Amino acid sequence: MTDATSSSPASKPSTSLMTIDARTKKRNAAEKRFRSYGVAAIVVAMLALVGLMTSIISSGAPSFKQTFITLDVYMDPARLDKDGSGDRDKIAKVSTFGYAPLIEAAIQKAVDGNNITLAEGLSVKKAADLVSKEGPAEMRRTVLADTSVIGETLTFQFLASGRIDGYYKGRVTMETAELDGNISPEQLMLADDFKKAGIVETKFNWGFLTRADASENRPEAAGLGVAILGSLYMMIVVLCLTLPIGVAASIYLEEFAPKNWITDLVEVNISNLAAVPSIVFGILGLAIFINFAGLPQSAPIVGGLVLTLMTLPTIIIATRASLKAVPPSIRDAALGVGASKMQAVFHHVLPLAAPGILTGTIIGLAQALGETAPLLLIGMVAFVREYPGAPPEGFFDPAAALPVQVYNWTQRADPAFVERASGAIIVLLVFLLVMNAVAIILRRRFERRW
Amino acid sequence: MSIKLTVSTLAIAAVAATSAAARDQVQISGSSTVLPYSTIVAEAFGENFDFPTPVVEGGGSGAGRKKMCEGVGPNTIDIANSSSKIKQSDVDLCAENGVSEVMEVRFGYDGIVFASDINGPSFEFTPADWYGALAAKVVVDGALVDNPHKNWSDVNAELPEQAILGFIPGTKHGTREVFDEKVLEAGCEATGALEAFMAENGGDKKAAEGSCLQVRTDGASVDIDGDYTETLSRLAANPQAIGVFGLSFYQNNMDKLIVATMDDVTPSVETVASGDYPISRPLYFYVKLAHMGVIPGLQEYVDFFVSDDMAGPDGPLAAYGLVSDPELAATQEMVAEGGAAMGPLN
Repeated sequence: MTDATSSSPASKPSTSLMTIDARTKKRNAAEKRFRSYGVAAIVVAMLALVGLMTSIISSGAPSFKQTFITLDVYMDPARLDKDGSGDRDKIAKVSTFGYAPLIEAAIQKAVDGNNITLAEGLSVKKAADLVSKEGPAEMRRTVLADTSVIGETLTFQFLASGRIDGYYKGRVTMETAELDGNISPEQLMLADDFKKAGIVETKFNWGFLTRADASENRPEAAGLGVAILGSLYMMIVVLCLTLPIGVAASIYLEEFAPKNWITDLVEVNISNLAAVPSIVFGILGLAIFINFAGLPQSAPIVGGLVLTLMTLPTIIIATRASLKAVPPSIRDAALGVGASKMQAVFHHVLPLAAPGILTGTIIGLAQALGETAPLLLIGMVAFVREYPGAPPEGFFDPAAALPVQVYNWTQRADPAFVERASGAIIVLLVFLLVMNAVAIILRRRFERRW
Repeated sequence: MSIKLTVSTLAIAAVAATSAAARDQVQISGSSTVLPYSTIVAEAFGENFDFPTPVVEGGGSGAGRKKMCEGVGPNTIDIANSSSKIKQSDVDLCAENGVSEVMEVRFGYDGIVFASDINGPSFEFTPADWYGALAAKVVVDGALVDNPHKNWSDVNAELPEQAILGFIPGTKHGTREVFDEKVLEAGCEATGALEAFMAENGGDKKAAEGSCLQVRTDGASVDIDGDYTETLSRLAANPQAIGVFGLSFYQNNMDKLIVATMDDVTPSVETVASGDYPISRPLYFYVKLAHMGVIPGLQEYVDFFVSDDMAGPDGPLAAYGLVSDPELAATQEMVAEGGAAMGPLN
């Protein structure tokens, strides 16, 4: 290096700031290279994100729309109330299988009423398969709620079966229907005829957000209602437990605890706990909360407790950081005018640290909301169709959770569930976005800098 | 603020103590093969009875049986779904934990099919073909050698000239047991490899059968530890591969898969029921009899599951791909009588 510079006197370092010498050029080039690496890294990350989002949104967006079939159904007393007694207990004996013929009759009527000719080889029974299996259940619920509707003609808006729904979303085509044992091109043609007659329509699907999960026979009826409630209940449990415990622990450790090897040990362990894989908390939850404490399986309370254990370290670390960020002069001033240590902390330090604590809590909750692994072990990855009751009893009823619902749906055989799983991911992402946005707004609004 | 919250958590804890004692819905866990059938029944049960819909969990046959054998009481599950027969180790575990009486209910059969990408050629297999393609050691010219076959046409000249790549269920799956027994062992015997193994180790048939189940490790045979959806997506990425699926899964994805025949029989609900299609297995669920009459709706759920309306040949389970049990009437009778605990395993 030195040889090179001494051997060429022409490139002797110039002292002028106006001319750029070789070394400066080299340094500038290095900086330029580093900047381009940085830009490249961001571009790669953005591309990955955009790719992921497009794939999720493009496959998940259709789940927010649903095809409906509107039919006038004659509630035939000959089938629903054979002896004409109107006795509710007897009517309740008619199972959903007994309601299926009413749909067939309604389809026949719709076909005749709109001058549609059924394609050859398409029986009325097959034509009635356009309507979801959920249809008879819906009718039975209506009848049992008010038995006086028997004998009347009611208008029902039935869900269309999964394949018909898929046809209007581009998932099912005439070619695939040819190969598919569950749907025939004739059924799709009938659906097209119905569409022209205004019987079949596709519109926004509120049911996706409110309905319970459904079995593989009727993907069109599957919704996130139970999962959203379950997640909400778990978050309530987590919030009610982590906030007081986390804040109390942090305040004690940060403001009151003597500095000795015991508190050092506690500190190290809290940091370690934050890095423990979440499945470990699930195993712990199974052993302690279910097997030892005797709490029920699949219940949001157990899920909430397990997630509390997982979230606590995050919240303690965030809270301590925001307590530390409050300048000592505030404490000194409070103590100086005669406040007790506790008054100084609760009247002055804690309010100033509150925005940071809240942000940490919300981010901790968002993390807990998306967690699946610990829930696997405590029976929450289950098929749950009953909505949990109102809290606090509802905390002990079985429920699902949003990430668990995604996991469940990706394992189902019917392709309609792929779309639902992506739809559920979108809902989960929206929840996370909202929570993170709230955290950012709180921080912007209330944070004070010194 | 924190004091109020602590009070509310105490209130929650108080409710915990009271409501943990009772449970008003049936809880089920176990095989992911049985899971869809179980959810279909649970859904219809919730609709048609005044009981809440049972909660159904997956997790695998073995895990479900273990969970059932954890003990008696509302914190333990009532029914274990299983795609294979209960094992002696499970029975022992049950007895150890006070679960003395368990009822075995066989409700139907499940076919196992071989399917490939719909745009590829169709295959006509025999178990011998699969043994020749996937086994670690095969017989060539009367001698046992490491499997040299690269293409299906090397194994059987009538098969297409396509590279061998099989996606088979991982060893933790119940499906793998059936694949081992009905395909690899049968093929091992048919190709004469079993005899060769026996000749090699001095006539020990058990050890020879174990050798039959060794699959090649050079990448031509891939264990899939996930479920059938994973096999399907791997198949989409490798269109020349052949995957192992459940019959009901195939029936739900007929627009993407083409199914192979086995011994010239096309798998379908009918051919599995008649026994012409060789690769099938019974499906069970196991009921903890100590919970009968304690957990509301348990007896009704079991009755409803095996009723003709559900598990019969025209019921929704058959429509989904279940092969109805020809002896369903006997099962219905056994269940209606309150159920009989199963005898000792032999």
